[in-house]
Amino acid sequence: MFSVESALIALGGGVLIGAAASIFLLFNGRIMGVSGILSQALTLGPLNTRWTWLFLLGLVFGPVVSDAFLGTSQPVFAERSLWLTIVAGFLVGFGTSIGSGCTSGHGVCGISRLSNRSIVSVFVFMGTGMLTVFVMRQVGGL
Amino acid sequence: MRNLLALLTGLIFGMGLSLSEMINPDRVLGFLDILGAWNPALAFVLGGAVLTSMICFHFILKQPHPLLDKQFYMPTKTQIDRPLIVGAVLFGMGWGLYGYCPGPALAALVYLEPSTFIFVAAMIAGLFLARLWTARKNKS
Repeated sequence: MFSVESALIALGGGVLIGAAASIFLLFNGRIMGVSGILSQALTLGPLNTRWTWLFLLGLVFGPVVSDAFLGTSQPVFAERSLWLTIVAGFLVGFGTSIGSGCTSGHGVCGISRLSNRSIVSVFVFMGTGMLTVFVMRQVGGL
Repeated sequence: MRNLLALLTGLIFGMGLSLSEMINPDRVLGFLDILGAWNPALAFVLGGAVLTSMICFHFILKQPHPLLDKQFYMPTKTQIDRPLIVGAVLFGMGWGLYGYCPGPALAALVYLEPSTFIFVAAMIAGLFLARLWTARKNKS
């Protein structure tokens, strides 16, 4: 549940995310957007570069390093039906691809550089997400 | 060196997602549930992240070039077009249905939970279908 302590931990996590985005921009000159990097990693040809896979490798091992050093633990996984998992994953992949970004690219980096496209995107996906949860809790009993 | 920095960035990002509980789908849904049992913790995650990067970006983007490259690679589009909106709507629906956006979904793979793999596989399928769809639309 929500408490001052959980807010401070959340803030600390946020600062780490912002620091990662800043380090990436400072050294490599790129926007740290996960959906874009994943898409680039899965592209054949000159756009496919080794750094995309190394970024994803780091991302995947981040939680276990955090568990070892920051005292976090394995999350409680969502209990969803198979079809809901597939539909949700598909919508996230399709939507972030045609919408040119997700929570990291539009949300963190885009807002930070005051991109009008990103600010609109964040309002739309956050609003839609909230509406979806509302409808699911009313209708689906999630 | 650039590769090493990418690895380090991914690692710090993944640690941040874990510490902030973004990789806990029910925590994310609790944040999106503003009309129910709203848990505002994730607002602090986005707040902390945006505040940190906004201050840093301000100074970084004043440099002539990044430390390890000749130029910054910044998005060039500025127009708010239909794909941006439609994409954000569909993404928001998927996010609200499950509680994962792309970063946390990939980070959570390390715990080897089968449902995470199914989610990521569906996400990649969606990515490829979007590419086909965009390619077809650009042709016509």
